[in-house]
Amino acid sequence: MQQSELPEGRLHEAARSGRVGEPILAIEGVSLSFGGVRALSGVSFDVREHEIRAIIGPNGAGKSSMLNVINGVYHPQEGTIRYLGRTYRDMDSHEVAQSGIARTFQNLALFKGMTVLENIMTGRNLKMRSNLLAQALRIGPALREEVEHRAVVENIIDFLEIQAYRKTPVGRLPYGLQKRVDLARALAMEPKVLLLDEPMAGMNLEEKQDMCRFILDVNDEFGTTIVLIEHDMGVVMDISDRLVVLDYGKKIGDGTPDEVRANQAVIDAYLGVSH
Amino acid sequence: MLARNWPVMLLTAALMIGLVLPLATKASPPGFYIEVLLGGLMAGVLYSLVAMGFALIFKASGVFNFAQGAMVLFAALAVARLAEQMPLAVAVVLAFAIMVVLAWLIERLVLRPLVNQEGVALLMATLGVTYFLDGFGQTLWGSDIYKIELGIAKEPVMILDNVFQGGILVNKEDFAAALVAALLVTALSVFFQKTSTGRALRAVADDHQAAQSIGIPLNRIWVIVWSIAGLVALVAGIMWGAKLGVQFSVSQVALKALPVVILGGFTSVNGAILGGLIIGVGEKMAEVFLGPVMVKMFDLAGGGIENWFAYVLALLFLLVRPEGLFGEKHIDRV
Repeated sequence: MQQSELPEGRLHEAARSGRVGEPILAIEGVSLSFGGVRALSGVSFDVREHEIRAIIGPNGAGKSSMLNVINGVYHPQEGTIRYLGRTYRDMDSHEVAQSGIARTFQNLALFKGMTVLENIMTGRNLKMRSNLLAQALRIGPALREEVEHRAVVENIIDFLEIQAYRKTPVGRLPYGLQKRVDLARALAMEPKVLLLDEPMAGMNLEEKQDMCRFILDVNDEFGTTIVLIEHDMGVVMDISDRLVVLDYGKKIGDGTPDEVRANQAVIDAYLGVSH
Repeated sequence: MLARNWPVMLLTAALMIGLVLPLATKASPPGFYIEVLLGGLMAGVLYSLVAMGFALIFKASGVFNFAQGAMVLFAALAVARLAEQMPLAVAVVLAFAIMVVLAWLIERLVLRPLVNQEGVALLMATLGVTYFLDGFGQTLWGSDIYKIELGIAKEPVMILDNVFQGGILVNKEDFAAALVAALLVTALSVFFQKTSTGRALRAVADDHQAAQSIGIPLNRIWVIVWSIAGLVALVAGIMWGAKLGVQFSVSQVALKALPVVILGGFTSVNGAILGGLIIGVGEKMAEVFLGPVMVKMFDLAGGGIENWFAYVLALLFLLVRPEGLFGEKHIDRV
C-alpha cells in the first residue's frame, strides 16, 4: 500500500469529529447487472451529513458503478437510494443534480468549447431564474442575477486558486488544473453531497496534495458531504472519515480507516490470497 | 504551421483571385460585377440558413439531420396554405408553433428511443423523417405550387446609377431576406452566448453526461434545438417560397446546404453562415464569368457550372481541410 504524504496540520479527524451528523444518503440493497455481468450485488451503506466517505476496492470492484447509481446514470435492478427523505431508484441524472447531488468525472468531462469561467458558470445554470429575453438584453433583475452568480463563481475560483486561468479555454489547461475546473463546476452548484470519481487519478504527488487540501477545505468550509472513489489507498485513509470496501461488486468492509486497515477480507482483496 | 497549411492557403488564394479577376481584367463592367456579387450573396444567405439548421442540430445532439430540407418544405407549405386563410403574420406564428410541436414529436418518437445508438442509426432515422415529412406535408397541405406573398415589390430597383454606368439592379425582396437573416443570426448568437439556456445548449453540445450531471435535462434541450432548427427552416422556407414559389423542389435545397456545412465545419454556426455566402457567391461568379471562358476554351456546349461548383469546392475542402473552416479538429488522446 502506497502512502502519500499530506500537507502538515491537516490531520482532520479531531477537528471535524463534532460536525458529522445524521445519515442523509442511504444505499439499500443495490444490485446492478449489465446483461449477464453482475456489477453490484446487494450493496448497502449510508453516508452521514458533513462526512467524507470513501468507496475503495480493486479494479473492477464496482466503485464507478456505485457512483453512477447514486448519480442516476445507471438504474439498479434491485434496491433503492434514500436521500433527504426521498427514495429513488430510477431518477435521471439531471433530476439527481437538481436535488443537490453534484459530481466530478474520472475521465474529464469538461465543456471543451468554453473557457474556465464559462464552464464554472454552467454549474449555476439551475439557479438562474430570470427570463430569456431579460438575460439576452442584460436588463434589470437578469443583470443583477448574473452579477450575483458571478460573485459566487469568483469565490470558488479564488478558493481553488485558478484565478489566472479564468478566460483560458479549458482544453489548453494541464490535466491537474482541468481536474480543478471540474471540481469548481460541481461546487458552483452548491451541492449538499459531492461525488468525486477518482479525483486524484493520474496526478503527480504535488497535484495530489493540492487536491487533498481542496477536498478537506470544501468539507470544512462549505460543510459539503463528500463521497469519493479512489485508488490511492494512502490518500483515502488519510482524508476520509469512513470507508466502504467493494470487491467483485460485493461489500467486504465498512468502517473507519483503522477498522478497514485491520479487516482481513480487505487485506486479502488487495494483496490477493491463495484459495 | 504555414508549411502544413499550404493546400488551404493555395485554395483560398485561388478563390480570392477568382473573385477579383473579372474586375481586374475588365472582363465585366463594375455595375454588372456588383450585381452578380449581390445575387450570389442573396442565394448564399438562403444556403446559410439551411446549413445553420444542420449545424445547430449536429452540434447539440451529434445527429446529422437529413430532414432539414424536408423541414424547410414543410414549414413553407404550412405558411403558404395557412396564409390563404388568415393574415400572413398569424400564419407565420402558427407555422412556428407547428414546427415546435414537430420538434417535440421527433424528440419523443425518434430521438429518445434511439438515444446512445450509433450515429448511422440516427442518420437513417432522420432519413425516415425526411420521407415522412415530404409525404405527410403534401397530404396535409397539397402538392401544387403555392405562393407566399410578402407584400414587398418584386420589381427590381435601380440604385447607384450615377456611380456606375447602367446602375445596379437589385431586388427589394432580396434585401429584406438578407436583413431578416442577419437579424436571426444576431438573435441566435446572443441567445447562445448570453442566456442560461444558450449556455445549457452549448454544454450539451460539448458533453452529454457532464451536462446532465449539472442538472441540464437532455430531452428538453433537444426539443429546444429542434425547435430552433424549425424556426430557421421556417425563415428559409418563407424566403425561398417567396422567391421561387413553394414546391417539392424546395426540399432539395438541403442537398445544396450539404457542401456548405462541409465547407464551414459541421459544428460551427458561424461556419455555416460564411460557408453559405462563399458558395453562393462562388457559384454565381463561376457561372457568369468562368462559364463562358470554359465554353470557349474547351469548346463545350454550355456552362452549367452553378450546378456542380459547390460540390467540387466541398470536395477540395474535404481533401485539404476535412474539419471545414471552423470545425473542431478532433485529437483523440490515447
